[in-house]
Amino acid sequence: MSARDRILAKLKANAPSTAGELPNVADWYATHRSVESQADKAKRFRHFIELAHAEVYSVSRGGWLQKLWEVLDAKQLGKLLVAPGTAHGERAQRELAALGIDCPSYGQAIESWKSAMFNETPAGFTAARAAIAETGTLILWPDADEPRLMSLVPPVHIVLLDAAHIYNTFYEAMQTEGWANGLPTNSLLISGPSKTADIQQTLAYGAHGPKELVVLMIEDNLQ
Amino acid sequence: MNAPQTPHALHFMPSEGFRARSKAVVENPFLRQSFRGAMDFLMSKRAAQFPDAEELESLRTLGERIRQYNLAKLPDLLVQLETNLTRNGIQVHWAETPDEANAIILGICQKHSAKLMVKGKSMVSEEIELNHAAEAAGIGALESDMGEYIVQLAHEKPSHIIMPAIHKTKQEIAQLFADNVPGVDYTDNVDALIQIGRNVLRQKFLEADIGLSGVNFAVAETGTLCLVENEGNGRMCTTAPPVHIAITGIEKIVEKLEHVPPLLSLLTRSATGQNISTYFNMISSPRKPGEKDGPGEVHLVLLDNGRSQAYADEQLRKTLQCIRCGACMNHCPVYTRIGGHAYGTTYPGPIGKIISPHMLGLEATATMATASSLCGACGEVCPVKIPIPELLMRLREESFSEPHANPAMRGQGAGYSRLMTSIWRGWAAVYRSPALYGAVTWLGSRFGWLMPSKQGAWTSVRVPLKPAPKRLRDMLRERG
Repeated sequence: MSARDRILAKLKANAPSTAGELPNVADWYATHRSVESQADKAKRFRHFIELAHAEVYSVSRGGWLQKLWEVLDAKQLGKLLVAPGTAHGERAQRELAALGIDCPSYGQAIESWKSAMFNETPAGFTAARAAIAETGTLILWPDADEPRLMSLVPPVHIVLLDAAHIYNTFYEAMQTEGWANGLPTNSLLISGPSKTADIQQTLAYGAHGPKELVVLMIEDNLQ
Repeated sequence: MNAPQTPHALHFMPSEGFRARSKAVVENPFLRQSFRGAMDFLMSKRAAQFPDAEELESLRTLGERIRQYNLAKLPDLLVQLETNLTRNGIQVHWAETPDEANAIILGICQKHSAKLMVKGKSMVSEEIELNHAAEAAGIGALESDMGEYIVQLAHEKPSHIIMPAIHKTKQEIAQLFADNVPGVDYTDNVDALIQIGRNVLRQKFLEADIGLSGVNFAVAETGTLCLVENEGNGRMCTTAPPVHIAITGIEKIVEKLEHVPPLLSLLTRSATGQNISTYFNMISSPRKPGEKDGPGEVHLVLLDNGRSQAYADEQLRKTLQCIRCGACMNHCPVYTRIGGHAYGTTYPGPIGKIISPHMLGLEATATMATASSLCGACGEVCPVKIPIPELLMRLREESFSEPHANPAMRGQGAGYSRLMTSIWRGWAAVYRSPALYGAVTWLGSRFGWLMPSKQGAWTSVRVPLKPAPKRLRDMLRERG
């Protein structure tokens, strides 16, 4: 018998005869969490992610690029990694280049430029798929256009979020979007810049991931 | 049970040395201050996350229900998880013992001619002592969680499951970095220290051949591995190197993705008093064609190591509900005074006392369950309502009762002493019989002067015990 079969046999021989009914998660959320308007959710999201040390700027659908440029300028960043396969990445690359920002794209598999990613990429720009108000959390589903390391390796991560896509809770997000039917290679919840309190419980930012997290929140026509 | 096996060789120390180790800590005012301060900090952070007692109670009840439901279905869920992970392209391995788990992991490393493995925080990898096994096989195993990196530099083991370097002051860490990191001068500025660690480890994430991680929840229905962390090193380990190996105990499975949000909320709020961790990383497959990063290979090692023994007994099974938040140790008056190293086991504190005997056998852990005042704080704060005090009582019974056939635990009766059992039987008999009790107390009141002035451990810090010259019943009789 293999280790697998031995472990399973031991467990099966001693498993309870019934597991009972499925735990009622929906009920708990219905009782303990209220549903807010999009504007209130945006407010709550902003409150919590700012508590976690993220910078949040309210922007309009047409005007976010101006704010992005201002953020780069204020932080003296002349280089921004973008994803031209996405609409926002394409726009950023096209318009920022004219303003003198170097906008390399994640064009090739990481193996061919890993060292440059780690050593010569000061900032990355991605979108968030959605967000969670309860905890001030961004939801990212990295993909071929906007790969996983873009939101992790550059010391500054700038995120574009449409505030119309903010859910009340993590539970509501996964239920509404039907995550149980299939998840991508990697899905992420991000709730602030990287941090640690491993030295004498003293909070320090920029442990291994981004030192700074900037959210550009599109708040046009929120109900 | 099969014939008793030799307990897994302990790099950690068996419980015989527990008293001496705890005494050393209790006599060190700096360590005591560190632990007291850290535990007070963590307790108040947790309390601030649960302002509503009703919400907390109902969420704990839900958490307990989710864990018990999933444990009841465990064998089926393991198969479902394996099927779905395999379908997603993640390779699943099974290990009954730490040695088997190490062999699987090192086998994968050798297949890739790996020289360096970077590790995200994983208590299961501590449990199997992977770092030692890797070193023996000529593979570098580098901890990348800041706390783990610090204790590894100091050639120590974590003293807390969530905050590994909680026993160290920033001055000690400053000295450690100055002595061990090339080109670094002494600084006890915490931000500067973290940047030193960041710079060293970034280079390693870039170079590493293998990334190793633990797992907080494995979701059977989707075939997903979930990781909770704040630093980003967990994401680095699972994204940057070409191969990712995850290791977990067989108990950390949930059937439904919807089981995750309540458990995640209980975990981060109970552990560090955060409403959520900075990162929650869900991994469902290796790199797909067209994707530009992420490991090309992902492996999951499922480890038993005594968990199936706990599973076999209805009461002991509750031990496996644990989601490893560490709240029980943060609230434990014993842990707060002696810290994590004194226990000698990978998992310290109340959860360590109830899980370690299954991993190591009661032979090596017979007295662990006695290091408790049974104050009940651990059970009260447990986010999934593990009745830890009841389990401690049960383990005392398993350790000290006379060895018998078909025991529920390996090493049952390891602490059995005929003399001690006889003394306690006599004690019980005296207290059951009023006549006998009267006779014994009469003898005590007459011959109390015969009591020795040195009474072992008792008189090392206290005045000797001496029966009163007059019994309570005599005094009451005199008053009429």
